[in-house]
Amino acid sequence: MLNSIKRDWLANIRGDLLAGTVVALALIPEAIAFSIIAGVDPKVGLYASFCIAVIISFVGGRPGMISAATGAMSLLMVTLVKDHGLEYLLAASLLTGVIQILAGYLKLGDLMRFVSRSVVTGFVNALAILIFMAQLPELTDVTWHVYAMTAGGLAIIYLFPYVPKIGSWLPSPLVCILAITAIAIIWGIDVRTVADMGELPDTLPIFLWPDVPLTLETLWIILPYSVALAAVGLLESMMTATIVDELTDTESDKNRECKGQGVANIGSSLLGGMAGCAMIGQSIINVKSGGRGRLSTFMAGFLLLIMVVFLDDWIGQIPMAALVAVMIMVSIGTFSWESFRNLKQHPLSTNIVMISTVVVVVATHNLALGVLVGVLLASLFFANKIGRFMVVKQEQVNADERVYRVVGQVFFASSDAFAKSFDFREVVTRVTIDLTHAHFWDITSVSALDKVVIKFRREGADVELIGLNEASATIVDRFGVHDKPEEVEKLLAGH
Amino acid sequence: MTQIVACIDGSVMSGAVCDAAAWASQRAQAPLKLLHVLEKNDVPAAATLAGNIGLGSRENLLLELAELDEKRNKLALEHGRDLLDDAEIRSKADGAIAVTKQQRHGHLLNTLIEGQDDIRLLVIGRQGNSHKPLEHTIGSHLDDVIRSLHKPILVAMNDFKAPQSFMVAFDGSETAQRALDAYANSTVLVGLPCHLVMVGHDDEAHQQKLESAASLLRSRDFEVTVARLSGDVQSALAAYQVQHDIGLMVMGAYGHSRIRQFFVGSHTRKMVSESQIPLLLLR
Repeated sequence: MLNSIKRDWLANIRGDLLAGTVVALALIPEAIAFSIIAGVDPKVGLYASFCIAVIISFVGGRPGMISAATGAMSLLMVTLVKDHGLEYLLAASLLTGVIQILAGYLKLGDLMRFVSRSVVTGFVNALAILIFMAQLPELTDVTWHVYAMTAGGLAIIYLFPYVPKIGSWLPSPLVCILAITAIAIIWGIDVRTVADMGELPDTLPIFLWPDVPLTLETLWIILPYSVALAAVGLLESMMTATIVDELTDTESDKNRECKGQGVANIGSSLLGGMAGCAMIGQSIINVKSGGRGRLSTFMAGFLLLIMVVFLDDWIGQIPMAALVAVMIMVSIGTFSWESFRNLKQHPLSTNIVMISTVVVVVATHNLALGVLVGVLLASLFFANKIGRFMVVKQEQVNADERVYRVVGQVFFASSDAFAKSFDFREVVTRVTIDLTHAHFWDITSVSALDKVVIKFRREGADVELIGLNEASATIVDRFGVHDKPEEVEKLLAGH
Repeated sequence: MTQIVACIDGSVMSGAVCDAAAWASQRAQAPLKLLHVLEKNDVPAAATLAGNIGLGSRENLLLELAELDEKRNKLALEHGRDLLDDAEIRSKADGAIAVTKQQRHGHLLNTLIEGQDDIRLLVIGRQGNSHKPLEHTIGSHLDDVIRSLHKPILVAMNDFKAPQSFMVAFDGSETAQRALDAYANSTVLVGLPCHLVMVGHDDEAHQQKLESAASLLRSRDFEVTVARLSGDVQSALAAYQVQHDIGLMVMGAYGHSRIRQFFVGSHTRKMVSESQIPLLLLR
């Protein structure tokens, strides 16, 4: 255990501290922007980002992943905040944490295997679109200064890294914020600033029990929000963990991460922060900046709070246009551009799954619904494909006898085709149905077979079934053959 | 078929590990496997602090990181292969039986635990290649390996000479009793004169335990010399070893719980770091 602590925390101290610093700088605009989306003071998001990042660095299952206040979660809180206020949001965040811890103990992280690649791509793209759309209110009904500042900010973000030497060690989002703020102050341009958006933190967070009546009524108000928040939080965290796993070529403990997210959200809500989850964009920035260990996440949260508490007067002066520029960068960086190129090569069903996920999310602003639709569609397409893996061959033994050989998978999606493969009009006295090379996966297929047998009987034929017991061995829910290669071979080869 | 597994990492001790493993292989008539584990470097190969992400950042980052890892690991892989080749030549010259080589990716400890069932005896150097060849330090892996692996472990020091006799540090504890059963049946040790040594514990109960241990060993055809010493455990054992020119120390390992061991430090740890001769640790 000591060894793993050493490996997770101290294996890459320099890289983790530098990367954590870069991430902290980018977290500040994000936390402010996401608070504004949720309709709360920036301090709620900033406290949340601090708490979540620091707590998850200890209890999370994926070292090097960044968790904080996120857009996906903020979007789900909007109506709760509008209708019931901040205290109910804090209570909902608390409950979210409890649900996530339960999910961790129930090992729901393992369910991620049902989320296919195209659903993940759809999720990521939808998230990018949502983050971008959330910036639009800042860009409508404003003077040209705001457009100029945003464009200038984006130019700095993407061009500054090309400046020799300093470009590669000074984070360009920081340069963007500093430059735009300086311009606004020096020329006294009157644009909206962070201070206009609400209160900033001026102290360290303090322990607060959400001020809501502890009644069943309160529970019914917050429960739907908490369930949605818990689901989206876990989904984004699991997907981000998968991305970080892939980038760093290491493994993570998904169920520990579920529990960790829960603990972090509970901690955040008790210190006056909103619920959050893992962040795809920030985690990529962290890995890119050389962050690998838990220290990077800790550093990001810790430094964020230090900077915000001591520099609150300065942070208040940052024009919103600078934050918008940073958020557009996050949106662009989150989007999977590869998926555009892949549209042409991938089969239509895959593309439909991906695009449906995006469309549902953008329409409902709820990433969980999008994933649900995506997973359902993907399953249907899969069932359809496997359903085609079934054929009934006919053989005439003599004038009076007909043999049907069923090969392949018979289940709800293929049982209709199965029933239609028999020729009931033919007059024979004996029918043999050979199921040696077939697999019956569910009750639908068995009842289809029953119908076929009865129909033949009604036409006056004797029916004999061969290999039914073996073919229906796959109906029971747990036919554990995973760990027995020879059993799998037996199943696939016929009995 | 269980085998002798030798951990080769190219440190100064790898030669002694080969010799010790070959000696054990020859005595036990067991095949020898030379193992080299390619450990993942936790420090990323490259990083930029520009802090921006843009079109296809994730895809490009993955490609970039994969490419750097590929270069780094190809070199490490070839280096490891050379080490194993050298070790094979050396251990064959030493008379090892049926030498095989294996390279694995991952952490040494996990690799060993996964392959635990095949291990009859593990041979490992006191320090790995991340240590300067100082005396009296214990390798970063060794501690965990000793604690986690439920197999006999032969810890090699800077150089290895085939031992002509071995000594057992016996303290009557449960660990020592359990270890007794293990070495009484050891095919590696069979035929070597045994010095059964107890430091301190001048009471009747310990005396009896010592006597019964000696008679058990004698019943297995060991030539046993019983000795009782007093004073500081480490220095008394060391002096006895020098005096009788003993080439191998056998002891039960890590009787204490992890927490206690962390604060108190254990005899085993101290013995491993101070010993001048190879140690056979039994659990």
